[in-house]
Amino acid sequence: MPSAHDWINNPLGVVEGMFVQNNSNPEWQKKVVDYFKDKLTEKEAQTWVPSLNDVPLHYLKPNSLVKFRCLIQDMFDPEFYMGVYEAVDPATKSKSLKCGKYKDVTECLVEFNSRNSVTSERQTFYCVPIPGESSWVKECYARSSQAQVIPSTSYTPNRHKRSYDEDDDMDTQSQRPRDSNTGSQSSGDSQRNGDSKRQETEAPSNNTTTTQSCTSPLDLNYPLPEEQGPACLVKVYEDWESFKLNDTIEVFGILSVDPALGGVSEEKEPTSLLDPMESMETVEEQRAHSPPPSLVPRLHMVYALPLQHINPLLPSAVSEDKNAFVTSFLSELGSIRSEFLAYLTHILLGDALAAEYLLLHLVSNVYARRDVLPLGKFTLNLSGCALSATYTEHLYRIIQQLVPSSYRLPMSLHNMNSMRMVPRKDYVANRLVSGVLQLASNTSLFLDETQLEQGQLDASGVRNITALGNLISWQKVDYDFNYHQMEFPCNINVLVASEGRSLLPSDCQVHLKPQLAPPNLGEFLGAIQAAQAPSQMNRYRLYLSVTRRMDYSISEEVTKAVEEDFVEMRKDDPQSMSAEDLHRMLVVSRLLSLSFGQTTLSTDVWMKTKHLEMLRMSRIQQQKSVNGHEP
Amino acid sequence: MSSPTSTPSRKRGRASNPSTPGSEGPLSPPSQRARSQDASQGELPPMPTSPATDICSPNPQDTSLFSSPRRSVLPSEVDASSPLLYGTPSSRVEGTPRSGIRGTPARQRPDLGSVRKAPQVDLHSEPPAGENAVASDQAAGQRLVIWGTDVNVGTCKEKFQRFLQRFIDTTSKEDENCGLDLNEPLYMQKLDEISVVGEPVLNVNCGHVQSFDADMYRQLICYPQEVIPTFDMAVNELFFERYPDSILGHQIQVRPYNALKTRNMRSLNPEDIDQLITISGMVIRNSQLIPEMQEAFFRCQVCAFSARVEVDRGRIAEPAVCRNCNTTHSLALMHNRSLFSDKQMIKLQESPEDMPAGQTPHTTVVYAHNDLVDKVQPGDRINITGIYRAAPMRVNPRQSQVKAVYKTHIDVIHFRKTDERRLHGLDDENEQKLFTEERVQTLRELAGKPDVYERLSSALAPSIYEHEDIKKGILLQLFGGTRKDFSQTGRGNFRAEVNILLCGDPGTSKSQLLQYVFNLVPRGQYTSGKGSSAVGLTAYVMKDPETRQLVLQTGALVLSDNGICCIDEFDKMSDSTRSVLHEVMEQQTLSIAKAGIICQLNARTSVLAAANPVESQWNPKKTTIENIQLPHTLLSRFDLIFLMLDPQDEAYDRRLAHHLVALYYKGEEQIEEEYLDMAVLKDYIAYARTYIVPRLCEEASQALIEAYVDMRKIGSGRGMVSAYPRQLESLIRLAEAHAKVRFSEKVETIDVEEAKRLHREALKQSATDPRTGLVDITILTTGMSATARKRKEEIAQALKKMIQAKGKTPAMKYQQLFDDLRAQSEAAITKDLFDEALRALADEDYLTVTGKTVRLL
Repeated sequence: MPSAHDWINNPLGVVEGMFVQNNSNPEWQKKVVDYFKDKLTEKEAQTWVPSLNDVPLHYLKPNSLVKFRCLIQDMFDPEFYMGVYEAVDPATKSKSLKCGKYKDVTECLVEFNSRNSVTSERQTFYCVPIPGESSWVKECYARSSQAQVIPSTSYTPNRHKRSYDEDDDMDTQSQRPRDSNTGSQSSGDSQRNGDSKRQETEAPSNNTTTTQSCTSPLDLNYPLPEEQGPACLVKVYEDWESFKLNDTIEVFGILSVDPALGGVSEEKEPTSLLDPMESMETVEEQRAHSPPPSLVPRLHMVYALPLQHINPLLPSAVSEDKNAFVTSFLSELGSIRSEFLAYLTHILLGDALAAEYLLLHLVSNVYARRDVLPLGKFTLNLSGCALSATYTEHLYRIIQQLVPSSYRLPMSLHNMNSMRMVPRKDYVANRLVSGVLQLASNTSLFLDETQLEQGQLDASGVRNITALGNLISWQKVDYDFNYHQMEFPCNINVLVASEGRSLLPSDCQVHLKPQLAPPNLGEFLGAIQAAQAPSQMNRYRLYLSVTRRMDYSISEEVTKAVEEDFVEMRKDDPQSMSAEDLHRMLVVSRLLSLSFGQTTLSTDVWMKTKHLEMLRMSRIQQQKSVNGHEP
Repeated sequence: MSSPTSTPSRKRGRASNPSTPGSEGPLSPPSQRARSQDASQGELPPMPTSPATDICSPNPQDTSLFSSPRRSVLPSEVDASSPLLYGTPSSRVEGTPRSGIRGTPARQRPDLGSVRKAPQVDLHSEPPAGENAVASDQAAGQRLVIWGTDVNVGTCKEKFQRFLQRFIDTTSKEDENCGLDLNEPLYMQKLDEISVVGEPVLNVNCGHVQSFDADMYRQLICYPQEVIPTFDMAVNELFFERYPDSILGHQIQVRPYNALKTRNMRSLNPEDIDQLITISGMVIRNSQLIPEMQEAFFRCQVCAFSARVEVDRGRIAEPAVCRNCNTTHSLALMHNRSLFSDKQMIKLQESPEDMPAGQTPHTTVVYAHNDLVDKVQPGDRINITGIYRAAPMRVNPRQSQVKAVYKTHIDVIHFRKTDERRLHGLDDENEQKLFTEERVQTLRELAGKPDVYERLSSALAPSIYEHEDIKKGILLQLFGGTRKDFSQTGRGNFRAEVNILLCGDPGTSKSQLLQYVFNLVPRGQYTSGKGSSAVGLTAYVMKDPETRQLVLQTGALVLSDNGICCIDEFDKMSDSTRSVLHEVMEQQTLSIAKAGIICQLNARTSVLAAANPVESQWNPKKTTIENIQLPHTLLSRFDLIFLMLDPQDEAYDRRLAHHLVALYYKGEEQIEEEYLDMAVLKDYIAYARTYIVPRLCEEASQALIEAYVDMRKIGSGRGMVSAYPRQLESLIRLAEAHAKVRFSEKVETIDVEEAKRLHREALKQSATDPRTGLVDITILTTGMSATARKRKEEIAQALKKMIQAKGKTPAMKYQQLFDDLRAQSEAAITKDLFDEALRALADEDYLTVTGKTVRLL
């Protein structure tokens, strides 16, 4: 077990040390970055750092290193801060150089007119937990955490009280920061033991309950309405241009919760009316940009890891053992696929064809874009889903259990008319107000069209439908910036469950044909789920994440064969086979190959693709003839 | 030490004056100085001063300033110097002749030095030294500089005066310079203008300064706070020397613009603090007008003695003791006698073009002062020039802790609306995208290639297969023709935009093509015919929730002015919506008369529309009109109408399959190699649109005439017209666009050839009469082919003959007549044709049709 690491418990001390050592030579900044990078890329080191995702904020020690798995929801304006400043000791009047990096507040009187001060620039990102993250992902991450450095002796069930105490604690601490790197803090030491005990018993189960006061009127701007967890203001010091909106990252940073940072103070000094700087920000803007740190902590980034995926079962690091892991997994891929397919077939009440397509859909991923055209997307329209009132809901629960992040959007009239889907810039508060469609890459969006009832869509309803249509067709969302729109590409797997053909566009429609008619659908599905061992579920989850990420190519010969086939099919009946059909078949064959763990297209798979498509088409034809009114 | 030379017009405040609150800062507006001087110094004989040399260096010994003779001359006038005069105007002496530099009140420039404290105060932390330095300036022989800078006031002034007197820019294209003689010194003419118009503001293009004297430019950029006041002085001196009798509201202020230092908000960094910068952006929010106190007026409650206190860094030091009666805490602030200046906060957002993909736009706070207040509105695209400032934030006034963050803003000196010209109709230059030398070089190189046209067209939407001619058509649309103005002769503007309609089978990637174009052009709009209403396309009036005023919100067509409006599902548009397009597509304007707002907006947009056939599948037996059911009045406004059909032939299928498969397996790099980068294409188009204005050469005109005559001839053989002037205009536009593709200033015969070819191709597809297989323009202009009309005529005649042959039967059965005619005629006669024939005869007053019977008249 790792002992208490200085670089986790007191990273600022490390920074300060390096700053002094290098005599404020600008080199020190790079050294600090490298230092943390080295530390964190060590084997397992990342698991020692407590995570904001699973540990409630008030259990974490201020100014310690924490990590946060998040989505960049908004990017604020860059800010200039005092990189190096001269501090005046009020008692002795002696001056000393201080470093302001990784800190929010200066420690003592600042000599503003000093020649030695250096102004630097940093960027602030507003980060929220990954929207729609499945509970199994959260649990899995929490379980793998080995952090144990949470100090607290007097655990009181009253959490508000507790966090208040901590803030006080914090306040005094910031007054004597030099203590922190010289001696061990007595309070910190004594707290440590008690808390780690509690951590063991309580923390994992704790993470789903909101610890932050829900009564707060502050809108934390989560993309999804029922989202929980801490939002964070992440201060970025190095190459912030490399981050993009909606990126999922794991931030390692220094936690700062100085209560002085809270922007909105009721008792404004009368003189501040004359201070032009302060009167300019609207109250809304202050609320958005400097929320109380107890709700939205600040995180000073020392290292960030862009997340390709958030599946905790798959090793995240790009290392050899990952490759080894994948190779070993591939060997049993075939069996997993058939088991998984059987599972899906049960879920879809015995419809093997629909199960096959659902599997392909779950594996799909936008892997490239050719000018405006996203390649690899596979939006599935599962029609005939109105078996019972709750079938779609059950179906969603099951998908939720399989994918790392997902969201079910019931397309009821009310939802369509009132929901905020497209993120919108609020110029008064100067922030991007999030919407349901601000999702991380590879999130599964489950559109439940069976909830649709008769009625009229109003203007915003029409906009929402258009936005959904754009998302499906082009994999992009046009964010509303009031005076103009801005296009953000995305990569979201959309599954539309509907009764008849969906009103939204889709790449592929499959009509569900249940073979079974269990009297109690809920119970039936529950039983199927219960029959799957957790380890089995994990295999499925892993299967989806691994296959989605494999490389894929088509060899020359197969290309020829495919071309030949296309020409042949067109010869017989040009109407039945358009360019669009070929597009779809190429996607299906790609996904099918990947689902078998093959990285090139084989003629077998191509034949299977054709077969699948044929079955699907004939089913649609049938469906059309059954209900003549279907277009 | 206060030699008069060092004092006079120093009312430009200095932000960074570290003087103790006790001493009166150099910020004191002239009025105050004048008054206190009145009180303390009495009348001093006016001295012939050479105007100030020192305006910048802070002077703690302010009292000495008041000995300035210039104040004493016209004490009353200085009151007017306050921009917002809440004082007592009665004190003004009426009728005093006011002219000359000393008579004209100077005006505070809060934009330069504000009461805020700049971070680099240390530059001036030893003001006495500065004062000494500059005061002894002349004595020391022009060697001394303003403290903390390398600016020598004397030299700087001299240089600037020389600049004003000598600078000539013969290549000036700026619209505000129109009417000026380009071969005369530019700024002297502007001074002349000032003397006539009386607006005491001189805008100076920093680019001019740079080309004239790079060193002066550098100083201006680095020390705007010091240099601009020097410029002011210089210009005033010069001005009043030349126009000693002119009367101005206040002294002339120099407003530099177009500092090349920074263009992009994103590239602002700490090094830019306190420098002169120019950035572009869009106004997103204006605050209300803020009266900012410049000087507080206190009156003693006991003895009515009054005292004035300068605002120092946002604070007023309230005098605790009355100096007159020695009562403590008896002074009360008199709001209506304090002096205020206007101020406004403006939020500026990065323009969407400047943003890297995947990031959100940045915003910056801008402060406008005095007459710059309310000059811009939210939504305006502007270039601003100003001084970048940063100030530390205090967490709590009572604490010593400071948030280790600076708040930044820009004190604006000059606004320039970038979209202003769009309203004036002089356009395209607003898209002044700056091209670097190398970029221009590569573009020119590309243009030099013989196959540039093919290259560009294949670079267009590479994921869409073939349809070469359609892509070429769209390419020409992207470039557009040359804009011609015939408004003098009463015809108005000629349309330069090319409109294109794509129709064809569903699933032929029309929408994809539209999406691509929409993404390519900077000012593109994408709408769907299904989802848009007439107001969504044009403009609507709504009540602004904040101001409760009616505002005009513009729709897609107006927004895509100078761009391309892509309309998908054109056929699904309602008729009323489509009808608004008539005006836009030929006159290029949009007239609006609603809610008391009557106006005509420019909508010089190219329309790229896509339509599906009515029967969902294209019926080759029908004409275009019949297939898409669009009014021919609208169709004739499209320069090119393309059919995107599924060709259904094996070789094509094979190539298509190959193309699609390649799309799915080729790596990103391979694709990139094959085609031009989208960014290059974008730049190429932007460059050509901005800088290339091709004109018809003699040969090309001849070729066009011939082409047109040929087109007319084709039809005339069969007794019909196959081309109209509109087609000739289309040809000209296409030829011009093609010349632009080649970066050629002249339209030559090859351009005309290509235009002809493309036009013919499009016609071949869309205007071919399915019955005869001949190209027939009347299908598009009248909605019916000439053969169809001829045929109608024939049937009517046959019917007439038949009826006449039947002899005297006043009434006949409809069905019987139809059957008889069918039996008689060799060709198949449909019911429609029969009905039409009957109608034609009815028009001749030969018969009437009532229900099922046909009566002869």
